[in-house]
Formats: sequence, structure tokens, C-alpha cells
Amino acid sequence: MAAEFTATGDGGAAVPLDEVEISILRSLAVQLLELLGPGEEPAHGEDPLAALFTEGPSEPPSDPALARLLPDAYQGPDVDPGRVDEETHAASADFRRYTENDLRARKRADALVVVRKLDGLDVGAHGGAVLTLDGDESRQWLGALNDLRLAIGSRLEVTDEDDGGGLYALPDDDPRKPMVMAYLWLGALQETLIETLSV
Amino acid sequence: MGGVSVAPTEIERPESSEVPVEVPEPDVPWATVVHNDPVNLMSYVTYVFQSYFGYPKEKAKKLMRDVHHKGRAVVSTGSREEMERDVQAMHGYGLWATLTQER
Repeated sequence: MAAEFTATGDGGAAVPLDEVEISILRSLAVQLLELLGPGEEPAHGEDPLAALFTEGPSEPPSDPALARLLPDAYQGPDVDPGRVDEETHAASADFRRYTENDLRARKRADALVVVRKLDGLDVGAHGGAVLTLDGDESRQWLGALNDLRLAIGSRLEVTDEDDGGGLYALPDDDPRKPMVMAYLWLGALQETLIETLSV
Repeated sequence: MGGVSVAPTEIERPESSEVPVEVPEPDVPWATVVHNDPVNLMSYVTYVFQSYFGYPKEKAKKLMRDVHHKGRAVVSTGSREEMERDVQAMHGYGLWATLTQER
């Protein structure tokens, strides 16, 4: 697993992926979609305009991974949620009510592009394919790869230390090992995708 | 100095004005603060500051280093509405940003 994106020269990016990599990426993107939850699409026969006026939730999600993807707008990670004054709490709740649905929709759209592009690959007899993204798709993939790393990083409780809090030197039989490998691989994919987009 | 007095004249107010009037917020600028986190790549944070704010690479890198080393950095200032927009955009990119009022 040493896949690297390279620039295609027309603002896009390409990466060769083997069958296993395609299946891991797809499975992770689907899990991200499940974490984000269903969309706020209007039910059949319902006024589509009504969805525009649907308010989102006012409290942060209880799942820490989802809470990291949909963070608070008035309290940073350094604030103890139990020590927040009423005014700040109300501002946070208002912000979330008016923005969280859009944020979820964007993240869902990014993850869906990942699934659709992978499903569109023609995996040949040699068990791999070259994934090619245009500029817009690259930016959506970049967002989805970052969201995946945020979600996995939150699950693994990655820390700011150079060794990720010991995570990068786990023994082979540690149950977290496969997820750590996926996390590092996604990081390498993201890093090389950024290089193709560098302004 | 018997100049013109600028003191407000006593005005008979109707009873209803006794209700406390909401004081408009003073014109204090708001700021978008980006917080450090152990997951976001330094190259990604720099990329976001360049592509969303249009900052030159050096400025974007300096802000990224501030976030990384100091734990947080002010990345933009302006009205509350503008900062809400910036915070929302940062959340879209996956950066943890908050709004604060500069005092």
C-alpha cells in the first residue's frame, strides 16, 4: 500500500489502486456515510422548499468522531463543555441549528463522490485500475480523505506526539493495527493529493 | 462658557419605554480562531488557508505554524456575520474553528 497521487497536468490527479485498496477505500467511505447519517432529502411528494427551512439539531452529536466532523463554533477543543456560560452555549446552539445540515450534506456529497468514482473503475484482469479525478473531484476527494482521517483519528485517539502516542509502533497482534495502517495510508494518499493541488 | 448645551433634554416617555431596551453590541470586531488538532496534515492546513482565504503561501504557512505550535491562531477578523461564514467554511474543510469577539 504505497499509492501516490500524481498530477495529470490539466488540474486533475491520478493514482493506481489495486483491488484490495479499492475495497478498503470504498468500505471506509461507506462507513463515513453511515456515520454522517441519512440526508435531509424531502420525502416523496413533500415540498422540496420545506427542506430549506428545516432546522438542524442544536446540540453536538454524542459520538466523538461525529462531533469532531461537526465541531462547535464557539467553544474550542481546549474548553471544558461543563464550564461554558449560557450565552456561549446559546450561540453555539444557534450556529449548529442553522449550519449543521449544510455541513453534513457537503461531507456526505464528498464521500459519495469517493464511492461513485471507485464503483466506476474498470478493474482489469491484473486486479487494479488507475483512478483519475478532475479538479473538482480532487477537491471532493481531499475533503473526504480528511474527514475519514478525522473520524479514524478520533476513534484511535491519535495524539500530537510524533509517534501518535505509541500508535505507530504497535505489535502486529494489536487489534488497532489494521486501522492504524489504514490511517497512515490515507494520510499518504491525502498528502500526495494536496501536492497535485498546490497553489 | 454659556455655550449650547448638548445634554439631552428631558423627554416625557410613554410607559412602555421603561422596558429595558436591548443595547446594540458595540462595534468590536470578531475573529475566526483555528485550533490545533493532531490529525490534520500541516500541508492540508496550509492548503486550506491559501485556497479559502487566498493568502500567499508564506502567510498561510506562518498561520499553520502558529496553529501547530501555539495551539491556535486568528486567521481572519471582521463582522460577526463574516466570521460565521469563515467558521462554517473551516468546518467544511474539517478544521476546528471558533468565533471570538476581540476585546
